[in-house]
Amino acid sequence: MRIWLSVALVTVGTSLMKASGPLVLGDRTLPPVALRVAALTAPVLLAALIVTDIGGERWADFEWTRLAGVGVAGMARLLHAPLLVAVALGIVSTALLRLLPG
Amino acid sequence: MSEGRQAPSPKDSREPRRAFLDGVRLGVGPAVAVFVLALAYGSSAVDEGWGVTAPVVFSALAFTGSGQLTVLAALSSGTVLAAVTAAILINARYVVMSVALNDSLHGGRLRRVLVAQTLADASFVVAHRGSGRFDVPRMVGASVPQWACWVGGTLLGALLSPPPELAYTLGLDVAFPAFFLMLALGELRGSGRAAAAALLGAVIAGVLLMVTSPGLALLGASLAVLVGARTGSRGDAAEEETG
Repeated sequence: MRIWLSVALVTVGTSLMKASGPLVLGDRTLPPVALRVAALTAPVLLAALIVTDIGGERWADFEWTRLAGVGVAGMARLLHAPLLVAVALGIVSTALLRLLPG
Repeated sequence: MSEGRQAPSPKDSREPRRAFLDGVRLGVGPAVAVFVLALAYGSSAVDEGWGVTAPVVFSALAFTGSGQLTVLAALSSGTVLAAVTAAILINARYVVMSVALNDSLHGGRLRRVLVAQTLADASFVVAHRGSGRFDVPRMVGASVPQWACWVGGTLLGALLSPPPELAYTLGLDVAFPAFFLMLALGELRGSGRAAAAALLGAVIAGVLLMVTSPGLALLGASLAVLVGARTGSRGDAAEEETG
């Protein structure tokens, strides 16, 4: 009962939050200042996601092999590798580094 | 305005289809990472006594990895109220994202509410076209493989319970941050304002991560967009035209 109640409440709550833009704003468009804020939402979220994915809760998951893999992927992309190839190179690099002794 | 915003004209009908397929292609990368996370979630849920049906239904309906993992962890040692509150707080960033997305949604309010349900972190950033505009068919397309992998991965994880160290050994935990870095390289190119806001967001997230969960760190980091707006109000018109 506790499980299904939690499932129902979080499902409804998440759905309402995802719909909050159309529900609250309706057909109104954002003023220019809010548009400038909206334009920065994606880059800010991306940067924060990179940090939280690398660090984990309270930085407990931080590990240099993961950071190195992300770095390899970034370098590959800067050298014009296709997106999925660059990500794959990062994954393989980390897997190989984890094979090293010690 | 009661009929909602105008959808693209028929002559543009191939463009949404192309954008949708483009989104599906871009969604494959994060979907791999989502699949790995879903395996771990499904396996952990069974270990916590959730059975197979509840986590799979939860994944199919809520489609929120951070929120579901929060409920799983919080419910094992706390009340329903505490678990639900924690998950809602973790997911509060969807409010910011949904408001930002609203101007780019077409059709009546019900249609826009339904389309907004496909919102996910990776899909949101994949859909960003700059200047606060979003390619909605691309966002929906990017969410399709992620949703399928999230639900399928949850089911497989619940049924098979793979060892958690397998994904670690294969380096699959790199997929999410590497994919986000790829997108960030594109987003930040040629925009000093976006780079400054992103840097501030990363610093805020890094500091908050010392004392709280990733979900709340993400929510706190979203404050960085306000500094960007202040920069804009000073009249950074040149960058706005070129960036």
